[in-house]
Amino acid sequence: MTAGSEFTMRVWRGDASGGAFQDFRMDVGEGMVVLDVIHRIQAEAAHDLAVRWNCKAGKCGSCSAEVNGKPRLMCMTRMDIFEPGETITIAPVKTFPLIKDLVTNVSFNYEKAKEVPAFKPKAKEADGTRRMYQEEVDRVQEFHKCIECFLCQDVCHVIRDHPENKPAFAGPRLFVRYAALEMHPLDTNDRLGLLKQRAGLGYCNITKCCTEVCPEGIHITDNAIIPLKERVVTEFNDPVVWLLRTVTGRKRKTADGAGS
Amino acid sequence: MATEAARAGQGRSGPRTERRDLWWVLPLTVVIVFSAFIIYTTWAALQDANYYRQPYLSPYYSPCLATHCVHTTIGIFGSWWALSPAILILAFPGGLRLTCYYYRKSYYRSFWLAPPACGVMDARKGYSGETRFPLVWQAIHRWFFWASLVVIAFLWWDVIEAFQFHDGFGIGLGTVIMFANVILLSLYSLSCHSCRYLVGGYLDRFFKAPVRYHMWRVVSRLNARHATYAWISLFSVALTDLYIRLVASGTLHDVRFF
Repeated sequence: MTAGSEFTMRVWRGDASGGAFQDFRMDVGEGMVVLDVIHRIQAEAAHDLAVRWNCKAGKCGSCSAEVNGKPRLMCMTRMDIFEPGETITIAPVKTFPLIKDLVTNVSFNYEKAKEVPAFKPKAKEADGTRRMYQEEVDRVQEFHKCIECFLCQDVCHVIRDHPENKPAFAGPRLFVRYAALEMHPLDTNDRLGLLKQRAGLGYCNITKCCTEVCPEGIHITDNAIIPLKERVVTEFNDPVVWLLRTVTGRKRKTADGAGS
Repeated sequence: MATEAARAGQGRSGPRTERRDLWWVLPLTVVIVFSAFIIYTTWAALQDANYYRQPYLSPYYSPCLATHCVHTTIGIFGSWWALSPAILILAFPGGLRLTCYYYRKSYYRSFWLAPPACGVMDARKGYSGETRFPLVWQAIHRWFFWASLVVIAFLWWDVIEAFQFHDGFGIGLGTVIMFANVILLSLYSLSCHSCRYLVGGYLDRFFKAPVRYHMWRVVSRLNARHATYAWISLFSVALTDLYIRLVASGTLHDVRFF
């Protein structure tokens, strides 16, 4: 792309009652990202265009949108990946209720976060400390990179295409949170029963779209969801474990983590 | 300007997708390749012929467990077993692939169309994922993994035997193909997500289990390429059978290196 190329930006305008795409012909300078162009539209053509943004550095997770149908951070999507003259569709994320234009209500994610049992550290050792080692922490560090842009939640077809599943499904962002706690070397809470039932881990069919769209490159499916699924299998669905428990009399955990 | 209504309380409604790239190419390719593999494997398994030519045994028929096998590995099933001996064994590697996390991703996308691609709407209205029978029993994957290790141990034995020709030690093209195939099958099985969990992924405290931690790290590195191994080994196992089949039927002459 050369400096001063012209693009047609097809931007969603509307609110919960309805809306439509509106075209804007915009000059785009070298080095600009999609969010820059949206700001130019705001400044020059549509002063009331609503867009949520903050850091413009891919770290706050505010400017999530769908660019040509793909969930992306607008501030991290360079304009030079498009051909000059191309029409670029900018739409709000589809999974969450629309407030206005490119802004959606992402409260769903915070409500689901309230359901995650908090970190509950084990008792201190005799010298009054708790110890964990680097090799144990390395695994959960990856999960802490999450910036809560909720692109993974947006692209997840379990709730994107089937909103009726929302009450029964926490979504990939929350599974990353569950994994960070479940695999924590000092945590003592048990969330496996909750994951199986209330968080709906079984709804995930591991099609990895969450991993594909994650701007932080977190291996959501391979490192969080599948290991959690394996733990749930051991606890609830492994016929051999079930047989051993039947023989030995060891109890199975329930949804709240207690033995039954 | 297109007009589309937004659904109150839900996200913006719209077409099945606003993607304009060739998102349908990958699922279509998967459908074609998987279908071709299933058709070929079913045909080859039902042939009950041309699966052995000294010293090569097709991986589809190994271990050969019927006494009427051309090359019996262990004669567990007597003369009463009249069907192809491949049927006795293919359920295990087949089950491993059917319940494999990578293959699940592939066929849920390509055959189930749930979703066909990221940001493309599911083909079906209802969705319950793996919460109900029969898909909830994808959980049995780890037991297919254990079974596949036994099968792979026999395949390694077959490779050792593939060096033993009528006139003594030798290496033919079939030996090389079988050797490459068993390496790829081993990498595919050992890189599986269940293996990663079973060797140490279930632990929260690695410090107390250094051996399991080391194994978990090794398998984690392999696991990053699990999809690649899944694809390559799919081709290699079918091509190994095809080569041995062509040699056994006399269509091809095995190339003998020494």
